[in-house]
Amino acid sequence: MTVQKTERPPSGPTEVQTPEGGPRPSDPRKEPRRLAGLTPYLLLAPAIVATLLLLGWPLVNNGILSFQNLNMRQFILHLTEWNGFDNYKDVLTGEDFWRVTGRSVVFTAVNVVLIMALGTLVGLLLARLGRKMRTFLLLGLVLAWAMPVVAASTVYQWLFAQRFGVVNWILAKIGFESMADHDWLATQYSTFFVVLLLIVWMSIPFVAINLYAATTTIPKELYEAAALDGAGAIKQFTQVTLPYLKPFLYATTFLEIIWVFKAFVQVFTINEGGPDRLTEILPVYAYIEGMGNQHFGMGAAIALLTIIILLAITSFYLRIVLKQEEDEL
Amino acid sequence: MKRSLMGRLWPNLVAVVIFVFCVFPVYWMFATAFKPTGDIIAEDPVWFPTNATLEHFKTAIDADHFWTMVGNSVIVTVLAVVFSLIIGVTAAFALARMRFKGRRGFIIGFMLAQMAPWEVMVIAIYIIVRDADMLNSLIPLTLFYMVMILPFTLLTLRGFVAAVPKELEESAMVDGCTRMQAFRRVILPLLAPGLMSTSLFGFITAWNEFPLALVLNKEAEAKTLPIWLSSFQTAFGDDWGATMAAASLFAVPILVLFVFLQRRAVAGLTDGAVKG
Repeated sequence: MTVQKTERPPSGPTEVQTPEGGPRPSDPRKEPRRLAGLTPYLLLAPAIVATLLLLGWPLVNNGILSFQNLNMRQFILHLTEWNGFDNYKDVLTGEDFWRVTGRSVVFTAVNVVLIMALGTLVGLLLARLGRKMRTFLLLGLVLAWAMPVVAASTVYQWLFAQRFGVVNWILAKIGFESMADHDWLATQYSTFFVVLLLIVWMSIPFVAINLYAATTTIPKELYEAAALDGAGAIKQFTQVTLPYLKPFLYATTFLEIIWVFKAFVQVFTINEGGPDRLTEILPVYAYIEGMGNQHFGMGAAIALLTIIILLAITSFYLRIVLKQEEDEL
Repeated sequence: MKRSLMGRLWPNLVAVVIFVFCVFPVYWMFATAFKPTGDIIAEDPVWFPTNATLEHFKTAIDADHFWTMVGNSVIVTVLAVVFSLIIGVTAAFALARMRFKGRRGFIIGFMLAQMAPWEVMVIAIYIIVRDADMLNSLIPLTLFYMVMILPFTLLTLRGFVAAVPKELEESAMVDGCTRMQAFRRVILPLLAPGLMSTSLFGFITAWNEFPLALVLNKEAEAKTLPIWLSSFQTAFGDDWGATMAAASLFAVPILVLFVFLQRRAVAGLTDGAVKG
């Protein structure tokens, strides 16, 4: 997941393409017309087949499983027991699902607001700094960005370790004596706090670095014009910078929502959704119900409901991206 | 005068604070990995590993199956990247250079595939792989990782192919190359930087992948490094030195790749900004 972060990477300047329109008179070797018409599909075939088989089939399979009564017994005996909408009925009428969904939404919202606000501020700061200081800060951001998520979560466990953890030591030193032996993973909110810090720490660089790159593309004349009109720093920001960066901020916000909503690894590696399953967000809940408690059919139903929510978010995102790339397509 | 001095000072101060916030966890990982155990469990933290030792790295490497898991991770990652590059570059060529029915649909399809909720599909994938009798094998992991990084590879390479001037290809064809030859001799070499950065991003994704590896390969001989690392702490109790050494060993290849890659990525972004 970390890597999908680099969503809009160094794709070079893309040119608006001219329609192909069949072999041109200048082409020395004219391929037979019919074969030429098939070529693009042949070139695409391996990618499409692989995607349909390895991504499409699990999606379909997930749908099929969600209508089955598939627990340990059926799993071992390879039994297929259909139970219609029972899984969905159980999930949707139970309290757990709604509690976890609400928790996921709040968790995602808090994370994304923090990431976008802090990331934007750091990005704007990068634009203000001198060259040396900027390189220095960029280096720090890149290091945090590059840390593999499992390694990072191990480090956070160590930073917040009950005994000898450096965070507890610092808190005790600056006057919070009671924190000396604090067990961060013992309660819901403090576990969420550690996960939140981990996610925000990992995500700020993406927003900051890309936002900084985007600000460098704002034409200087816009600021000059605004200054002539007597706009101060704040007005220049709200009237020039912000509108210019709006499409970028929209797209980034949606991406962050999608990523944080799916943040399985961070939550799972920090405390496996504990204590007492109180930090389970939807993907972790589906995993623990399905794999952990071996209610595979039930887990698949939760997974499908999660996918539907994600699809709704994704479609908003895609609309924005497609609008941006309209002329490119 | 005083105001402008302050105005220049405070952004730098804030920058230093943010730098520390970003780097401290990474620093603390390396520092702990090199500290003797006595320093790690000292009453007051030892901020700098003055008595550096390699004992924790030795513990980590001597752990059961360590080298098997390194091998597994390398095999799965490299194969997934190579396959997705081969499949991706041909598809990217079609999407960037040809006009055909459904082209837009395919592009949107791959954009959607890029957002695929792999974290949520582990149950379905587990059942499929079990029914195929392929649990604890590297083959399903390789294939799934390939498809995981394929949309990104393909969509990014599409941009790179489109950036190669069409005239180059045409003049090669005037010189007697077929379209395929023109692609292989003229475009492919020019795509080298694009292939480079997409494969590095693919490498990072596959190297880090956690949920599928967790579910599919439970036997030690078939595990990959992320799973090893996440279970390390359980296996070694509170041996934070060994855990941080293990985390460092796992992270170093990515940190090196990323710092190298980031320069390219930023250069690419600014290039695009200047020319676009």
